Amino acid sequence: MSGAQTEDVHKEPSMRLQKDMIGGHFQALANAKKNGKKVVYTFVPGNLAELLAAFEVLPVLPEINALQSGMRKKSGMFIGEAEKLGHSEDVCTYVKCDIGMLKNGNIGPTGEKLPDPDLLLLSYTGCFTFLKWFELLRQEYDCPIAMLHVPYQADGKIEPGHREYVVNQLRTEVIPKLEEVTGKKFDIDKLREHLKLSVQAEDDFVAVLESAKHRPSPIDSYFGGVYYIGPMFTSFRGSEAGVTYYRALRQEVEKRLAAGVGPITPDGPMGEEKFRLVVEGPPNWTSFREFWKMFHDEGAVVVASSYTKVGGLYDRGFRHDPENPLETLADYCAGCYTNLNLPQRIDLLCQYVEEFDADGLLINSVKSCNSFSAGQLLILREVEKRTGRPGGFVESDLVDPRYFSGANIKNRLESYLQMIDQKRSVGVSAAPGMPHSKVDVEMGP
Amino acid sequence: MRVFIGVDLGSTTTKALILDDAGEVVGRGITNSRSNYNVAVAIARAEAFIETLFNLLARRLRETPALADVEERLRAALKREFRMEQHLQQLAYLRKILVETASDSRYGERASLMVDAIARITDTMVAGAPKRFRFSRPPTEFFRDLASGEFLELAQAEANASNGAFNFDTMAGVFDKAILKVENRGLDLSFSANITPALERCLERFSDKVGERASTVWDLVMDISETKLDVASSVGTGYGRARLPFPKKQIRSEILCHGLGAHTMFGATRTVLDIGGQDTKAIQVDADGIVTSFQMNDRCAAGCGRYLGYIADEMNLGLHELGPLADRAQRSVKINSTCTVFAGAELRDRLTMGQKREDILAGLHRAIILRAMSLLARSGGVANELTFTGGVARNSAAVKALRALVKENYGDVTLNISEDSICTGALGAAIFAWRTVHQEGMAT
Repeated sequence: MSGAQTEDVHKEPSMRLQKDMIGGHFQALANAKKNGKKVVYTFVPGNLAELLAAFEVLPVLPEINALQSGMRKKSGMFIGEAEKLGHSEDVCTYVKCDIGMLKNGNIGPTGEKLPDPDLLLLSYTGCFTFLKWFELLRQEYDCPIAMLHVPYQADGKIEPGHREYVVNQLRTEVIPKLEEVTGKKFDIDKLREHLKLSVQAEDDFVAVLESAKHRPSPIDSYFGGVYYIGPMFTSFRGSEAGVTYYRALRQEVEKRLAAGVGPITPDGPMGEEKFRLVVEGPPNWTSFREFWKMFHDEGAVVVASSYTKVGGLYDRGFRHDPENPLETLADYCAGCYTNLNLPQRIDLLCQYVEEFDADGLLINSVKSCNSFSAGQLLILREVEKRTGRPGGFVESDLVDPRYFSGANIKNRLESYLQMIDQKRSVGVSAAPGMPHSKVDVEMGP
Repeated sequence: MRVFIGVDLGSTTTKALILDDAGEVVGRGITNSRSNYNVAVAIARAEAFIETLFNLLARRLRETPALADVEERLRAALKREFRMEQHLQQLAYLRKILVETASDSRYGERASLMVDAIARITDTMVAGAPKRFRFSRPPTEFFRDLASGEFLELAQAEANASNGAFNFDTMAGVFDKAILKVENRGLDLSFSANITPALERCLERFSDKVGERASTVWDLVMDISETKLDVASSVGTGYGRARLPFPKKQIRSEILCHGLGAHTMFGATRTVLDIGGQDTKAIQVDADGIVTSFQMNDRCAAGCGRYLGYIADEMNLGLHELGPLADRAQRSVKINSTCTVFAGAELRDRLTMGQKREDILAGLHRAIILRAMSLLARSGGVANELTFTGGVARNSAAVKALRALVKENYGDVTLNISEDSICTGALGAAIFAWRTVHQEGMAT
């Protein structure tokens, strides 16, 4: 998930490695038609990377394109294009950005045109907008569509029937469509091989996330976290490149851990760790660096976040299981953060606050994301109540630059951090004998 | 004397508040914020210093038995003379700038006529000052508002009398340019620079009553004038806080300052609603005045003080006239719009439909408070007492609407409003400044 950055930006070596990987992927996409590769458009939560790899098809992830456009300052124009076509101001800005990009020639982040899809694979994992998004894409492209409906964890668990239901869809809907499009027979052993590679990377990925339990945390699990989830949540899960990346990332983080130093920010190594936060909600992409700076300038590090779980809750123990290839894909899809019910989200965030010894939960409420934003105030109150640590609330948007009000967010964030600071110093009593502020002479002219 | 200062640099007004070593409020200053924040802060601070010295003077006068019979009247009179002296200083400077501005070559032949008119207008303003300051309280503490009211009225008469040689708009334009310069010049309006002529006039007026005790008064006032106020610590807050010349540690968020300020004024309050110029804050505090949660408006400033400013402009009224007019409403017109600009459109629409201004205004005040109610609910509701702060708490119609809606939503809870509510943030900041020295032993 690398974005366009200026030359003076500090980067971890793994970020450069990831940039090359992503560059390679977009290159492969640009040459897909020429090389006879098939292309599948699909979503991050519940993406079936290993299955796609088993069919040797290349994935395109529209949310990633949208956030890349946001970071490259193109989303405003794309959203404007989509609004001209009649999409309302309140529609998810990822969708509008993607539609706008499509209408502008579908040029990807590396400057090359993205290939048209051979298949639209809709993995539905808790976000209704995904359905509408692919309905729009279907109007644009003359290609088959496969729908994978993943049941919401309404009762807070994955029921055996849910697993069966999803596996059945994989067998009768998704795999046949992939066979049809690629002309290849499904090879379950090949899928197992990719799943084995996934497990290796997943272990290293979790070690990276867990490192934030240390003080100081060697990583920022939100702003840095969006880079760390990049390969895992996109096209590199189940690949050798993914294994290599996560091994390198883990070593890099362990080195910082051993040295007792904090995360690397775009402005250099972070200073003293003063605040440890858990963050809920996606980040803002159009002012990503400015947003991050507001945190690291104040010595605030994010030790855990829900956004880095949209593509799976590996840190809670989930691993792909090569022994049960289709069942494990079903469990993976059902276990993504977006597919969790509100009580589960609250439980998870409370666990994060406690396990990572955070000062509190901060919510970045995204204007155009109903999937994340619904219930966030309730989540905040409940986590505050259960953990006894204060909550904070800021508002921005995914990729609509009009909805990032820097001064406002900074004001709220600083207030929240000062509030934490003030709470720490409880015991310092109010000024003695502080009176009702009445002055005994007449004020004013 | 050691003092502690809190400065609240808001979008509409800048407030400074001074505490003494005992933590007592000894002075406050307020001025309108302007394009130059540094000047606004300097003026508010200077005003607070002046009040502090007058406060000290009052104490000293009370402690002087020989002056017991005249002390109170003398003190009040001296203050009025002092305010008049400040006003005259600013008027003199305004006159100079007005003349310079009107002499610009762009006004061609009109220039000399306008300069003559300006001389007559400012002469009238100077002549009217004693009446304004000695025998009544000016309607506003801001020189800009006071001067513009008078100048524009007189300029209208001059323009009418000029038989078309120059028009009112040109004169108003000249005034707008000049007043900005006067405001940003930073004239020395301090106690020591202006007290002498004020004292002289005062003693002359009171010569019969003071008699031979004049020298006692003189010495006492001069002694106060020479009192040094040592600032032990300053804390800044408000929207312009980043512009304050304080180290980062001495800058606090206005959320914390309003919470602590309100707690200091009303110790039992757990909820604070602050409606300022460009934001509305709903704050929950604990028993120590520590903020436990807050909600603010975002992206949209409808429901803030500026909304009222806009409506006042639309209706050609002063901001301070809105509340009293709305209070005369017989009924409240329902205003559905939550957008400032749309509310303006709705206002005009209602007026053309023949609805009364006061009834529409009552509806608009209710619309603002409805926005605030949503923030209050989101921050955790109203548990026991609600303290209403910020500039809008000065507006009686807004208070009335809040009272009604709080009762509707939370039952009978106490609503606290201090006369000094506009200084709540500055008070909180001053307490933080006081604490940095008294509790952390850190002087800055």
